[in-house]
Amino acid sequence: MKVASAGIDAGSTVWKAVAINSEGEILAQVLEPTETRIDEQTQKGLDALKKKIPFNEGTPVGATGYGRKLISSAQKNLTEISCHARGCFHRVKSQGLLIDIGGQDTKAIRIGQDGSVLDFAMNEKCAAGTGRFLEVILKRLGVSFDQVDLYASRARRAASISSTCTVFAESEVISLISEGAPLEEIVLGIHTSLAKRISALAMRLATWEKIYLSGGVAKNPVLVRALAEVTGKKIEVLRDPQLIGALGAALSVL
Amino acid sequence: MIRRIRYESMRLVEGPLLLKLQSFLIKRQKKKPEKYPELGPPLKTEERLRKMISLHYLTGRYADGAVPVAWATSGAPVEILRPLNYHVVYPENHAALCGARHMAGPLLELAESRGYSPDLCGYARCDLGTAFGGRTPAGRLPRPDLLVACTNICQTVFFWYRELARHFQVPLVLIDTPFLYGEPLPHQISYIEAQLRTLADVASDVARRPYDLESLIRATLLGMEGSLLWRQCLETNKAKPAPWSAFDQFVHMAVIVALRGTEECNSYYRELLDELKDRVKRGIGGIANERHRLLWDNLPVWFKLRSLSGRLASKGFHLMASTYTNAWGETADLLNETDPWRGMAKAYSHIYLNRDLPNKLRVMSQLVKLYECDGVILHSDRSCKPYSLGQISLSEKVAQACGARTMLLEADHIDTRAWVEGAVDTRLQAFMESFK
Repeated sequence: MKVASAGIDAGSTVWKAVAINSEGEILAQVLEPTETRIDEQTQKGLDALKKKIPFNEGTPVGATGYGRKLISSAQKNLTEISCHARGCFHRVKSQGLLIDIGGQDTKAIRIGQDGSVLDFAMNEKCAAGTGRFLEVILKRLGVSFDQVDLYASRARRAASISSTCTVFAESEVISLISEGAPLEEIVLGIHTSLAKRISALAMRLATWEKIYLSGGVAKNPVLVRALAEVTGKKIEVLRDPQLIGALGAALSVL
Repeated sequence: MIRRIRYESMRLVEGPLLLKLQSFLIKRQKKKPEKYPELGPPLKTEERLRKMISLHYLTGRYADGAVPVAWATSGAPVEILRPLNYHVVYPENHAALCGARHMAGPLLELAESRGYSPDLCGYARCDLGTAFGGRTPAGRLPRPDLLVACTNICQTVFFWYRELARHFQVPLVLIDTPFLYGEPLPHQISYIEAQLRTLADVASDVARRPYDLESLIRATLLGMEGSLLWRQCLETNKAKPAPWSAFDQFVHMAVIVALRGTEECNSYYRELLDELKDRVKRGIGGIANERHRLLWDNLPVWFKLRSLSGRLASKGFHLMASTYTNAWGETADLLNETDPWRGMAKAYSHIYLNRDLPNKLRVMSQLVKLYECDGVILHSDRSCKPYSLGQISLSEKVAQACGARTMLLEADHIDTRAWVEGAVDTRLQAFMESFK
């Protein structure tokens, strides 16, 4: 299959790149932890992508993510909001509310019938409600991402974690551990806390019964269940949720 | 007497001469002015503005001991002080100057080191930092003989000015304006009127001069004319392209704040109005390529004026109206020279920030329609709680009522620590991308 364009999503935690065909199907992908020198990483990353599926120098490249402006090889750079909306609309072909939960921020995006961004909301300028919140607390608990579902499914109830601030929540978790609260309940508790925070951000835009989910954190099944419970809405995780931004960036230069 | 001569000499002779010399030296440096191709040509009146405001602060350095000095909130009825020949300092205006010159940080930190919370309004902290001897671009502010705070802009001013009164050991007159849900009741106006008369009595005692009602009427008339001229200047932006930006307005409003009620102020706005009308006639816009017109809500981010205007203008977005600058022209019709006390009571209670959310929605919708704006940026200002309260609802309702796109921008009008470049950039870019 011929590569029609490539998209790069230089996120705060993970650097993603996809190559797509003219139909917008992902032909190859590369995911790496984000490095400090974005442009250098992009050169190496694009070479890695070309090894998976060759494409020539003239293939258009679109960029998004926090490092988007540092990618000199991109013909166009758009925000994650526009790119996730594009990627989501391409997949679901319908209007709706998309929540992109990334490492650094969470965005709720209302997508119109034609795929345009009608409105959006972002978390405040702190880690509350983002992937970083989970990352920090899970690290403190010594629970890896793969073990999350196992722990949470064993919990009889969710521990109450009232603070949404990552730093204060971490202190709260330390207190819970010292009080002997079961680890399983704490793991479930932090997911419920995060879901409540995301819900507070997104619900004013949620006029539909279904919410689409993208971003790396969407791969976390415990959070998806917690979000469904907190919002009372049906949650649909998009296929390859972590690549939706890069897909949107590639679609923007098709 | 010597101090008075020194003050008047600085005001009338030395000050203007020094500023002329400064202009001459700037020109001699032959430094090419910075060019911003995305913006329109700079306003010619800017030079006069610079001189007027510089002279105001320069003469201020020699005011204490020469003339009575008052520090007043921006919404205080300055007309009452004019007949008594007060030199009036507006700490908010001074703090904005510090913010725009990127000099507010150390003043904020100085206030915080004395125990004032970082959650307190940045203007208040900046002002307290100045009072505690911090470095200011104005050189120094004259010590006040009288403090005048009016709660029509927020309740913080009461606590802030009480701290100033404690520090300077001078009288504080508080004008308490009841918050308006709808229109004011007659007894509310009478209540404010009584306080205004008290202000005149106290100000007269402090200045050791009898009160002159004729001069009050003259100052009221000048204040009315000044506000009307300011409104006319703003309304030239009904033209397409709009001849000046809201960023220009934020700078040029310094005169209506600091010199309201003087002929100097009115003469300045007459000149500005002529220039704006001329720009309209010649099709000169505030930015080079106006594709979309935006309304701004709340105070500006003083330390990012240039960067924000450039970022928006480079994509054809002209921020050309604001609820903040509009507030200074809104209440001119309520002033009344035949009954100055009652007129002032009405005008100063009808201030935008002293009125309920339905009024804010009405004003915002009116402005969106009047200036044919496609979008609204609501600055959620960490420092200014009364202005920021209700903005999420306002944003939704304005979008529904006017079909304008809206966005919330979280920042602070003066505290750079509340500015997160990446988050602002993403929001702003996404907002602009959402326009077709």
